[in-house]
Amino acid sequence: MNFAYDAGIVLTVAVCTFLTRLFPFALFGRKQSPHPLVTYIGKILPSAVIAVLVIYCLKKVQFTSLPAFAPQFIGIAVVAALHIWKRNFLLSIGAGTVCYMVLVQVVFK
Amino acid sequence: MKKLIQFIFIRTLPVLFAFLFLGIAFGLLLQRAGYNVVWTFLISTFVYAGSMQFVLIPFLGTDMSIFTVILMTLSINSRHIFYGLSFIEKFKRMGKAYPYMIFALTDETYSLLCSTKIPDDLDEKKVFFGIALFTHIYWISGSVIGSLLGELITFDTTGIEFAMTALFVVIFIEQWLTAQNHIPAVAGLLCGIVSLLIFGPGSFILPALIASIVIILAARNIIQKKDGAII
Repeated sequence: MNFAYDAGIVLTVAVCTFLTRLFPFALFGRKQSPHPLVTYIGKILPSAVIAVLVIYCLKKVQFTSLPAFAPQFIGIAVVAALHIWKRNFLLSIGAGTVCYMVLVQVVFK
Repeated sequence: MKKLIQFIFIRTLPVLFAFLFLGIAFGLLLQRAGYNVVWTFLISTFVYAGSMQFVLIPFLGTDMSIFTVILMTLSINSRHIFYGLSFIEKFKRMGKAYPYMIFALTDETYSLLCSTKIPDDLDEKKVFFGIALFTHIYWISGSVIGSLLGELITFDTTGIEFAMTALFVVIFIEQWLTAQNHIPAVAGLLCGIVSLLIFGPGSFILPALIASIVIILAARNIIQKKDGAII
């Protein structure tokens, strides 16, 4: 283990991560107000990003066997149903997560 | 002040569960790789990027070229390029907190900032800063706990990471129920699925986001007509 080299790797990852987050601000943040198209994308994009993030959480799902996909889909169904019914996000997330944990630990062991 | 902290705490609670669990997992893995709590603390504080930190662990202790590290980091975190687009004006108005808000714009913070409706009696800037700071502290705390105590945790926590999925699903539904136009959400879902099938789990996010932007731009007239005067 080489301390200086490891520290260099950590620092590099930290700087590069920050640069990806800084990019849109460096590009569009200096002018008084950004181009209308940029404002438009900024306003509309979150709905699409959240949808992509939902898919991101399911990226390891396989349809080869029941335990490889059933817990995720049942869990999401529970979260969605609870949320549409009660609109209480702590209840939806809490109950959905407990349900998923029971499914992976007990039901689809 | 009490109401502000209470509001932020309740809004960020799902991320607390997810970050404690994921953070503990990270701290434990880093500890097993031979790096103590000081490393864990510094990495979680200054890198603050969930998936990237897990990728980072096997880099340590090797003589991997810095160029490779740069390429890996930029490609894994490339999705962040788009997150700031929604906050250019809002972050700029935050004064001294501006650089910190940019630094702390993770997937989870982004989702919370996009979905939080600020009550009339609370200051948006303070709520935004609080959400970013609280989630950052959760992440650091989780990883430090994992580093120090990870080996002592004996109860079965398998599946607790689902809190993250549930959070995104809930935000998705909230946006769906309040949006007048479902094109962006459907575009995101379809682009995500198609891109996952084509590019695989490791590299599907960036193509999915670019395709979503293309669709959003192409459907601009329809989306704006239905949503009223967006601009």
